[in-house]
Amino acid sequence: MACVLIPVVAAGAVAVVLVLRLWIVCRSQDVTPRESLSLLVVAGSGGHTTEILRLLGSLSSAYSPRHYVIADTDKMSADKINSFELDRADRDPSTMDSRYYIHRIPRSREVQQSWLSTVLTTLHSMWLSFPLIHQVKPDLVLCNGPGTCVPICIAALLLGILGIKKVIIVYVESICRVETLSLSGKILIHLSDYFIVQWPTLKEKYPRSVYLGRIV
Amino acid sequence: TFKSLGFSGLALQIGRTMVLQSSSTESFTLRVYSCKDSLREDTQRAGLVISHAGAASCLESLGKGEPLVIVINKKLMKNHQLQLANQLHKQERLFCSTLPGLLQSMDRSTLKCYPPGQPEKFSAFLSKVVGLQK
Repeated sequence: MACVLIPVVAAGAVAVVLVLRLWIVCRSQDVTPRESLSLLVVAGSGGHTTEILRLLGSLSSAYSPRHYVIADTDKMSADKINSFELDRADRDPSTMDSRYYIHRIPRSREVQQSWLSTVLTTLHSMWLSFPLIHQVKPDLVLCNGPGTCVPICIAALLLGILGIKKVIIVYVESICRVETLSLSGKILIHLSDYFIVQWPTLKEKYPRSVYLGRIV
Repeated sequence: TFKSLGFSGLALQIGRTMVLQSSSTESFTLRVYSCKDSLREDTQRAGLVISHAGAASCLESLGKGEPLVIVINKKLMKNHQLQLANQLHKQERLFCSTLPGLLQSMDRSTLKCYPPGQPEKFSAFLSKVVGLQK
């Protein structure tokens, strides 16, 4: 009897501790002053990449180095990112620190993929996301809703839960989303530190979100 | 049809599924390609852009002040492209339709201009919440 009970109690205790940690990590929003910070951007694919590059264009060079994560089946995002970074370096040659890196992980969901297999592929990319996040240890994760961003954000949370590093997660919902959140949005509104929407209709539905007007 | 509406040419991005040849006559040029890194050059030259309601295409075209007709791709997850399309249509930024008849009936002068977004608001917000010092 005891030999059954001990593992169950132990597992329960671990679960309680993890949930507590998750709660603490999600709650803590204290601002540490800093001069620069490393940024991890989940660029995903297609329109998501275009949108997020528009946002990045407005950020100062204090956001450095920049790490980009793209889906491994995505050919065009890498080109877009490279030309964005080249353009940036041209415009502001004074910033010596224009380091950027592109990482690839498997897509967690292809367009039109079924729900059940989405769960499996998401688990697979989560398995690969954690080593990446652990290696990069970014200060800030910025994403705008390609499926790939869910495993990345969960991995970033895990860093906090394990007490390795508190990563700030900022989610910007795509301009496409006027009335309802995307699937990634519905998950990450609970897990992100700041959740930004671009239409007032969403702000009304989700008071936790931040509305800054149209930013792309 | 396009010719009768006074258009002098048509550039098509067709993806990798079909085979179509570029051709041209005296009054009408048809250019076809499967995939391009950027359509900016083409859309800038065009008098009318026809596209799916992908955010990138919409923003790029409207940002340049080009009149835009979008045809919704209904097969995507929960038909989400329709949200943006409807909203922009409500704001009179674009024509939204499934009917080819629209091409004949629309009056492009009724459309309103689409002001650019304000990413600087985003950067100001972000710098504040991450504690970045000026």
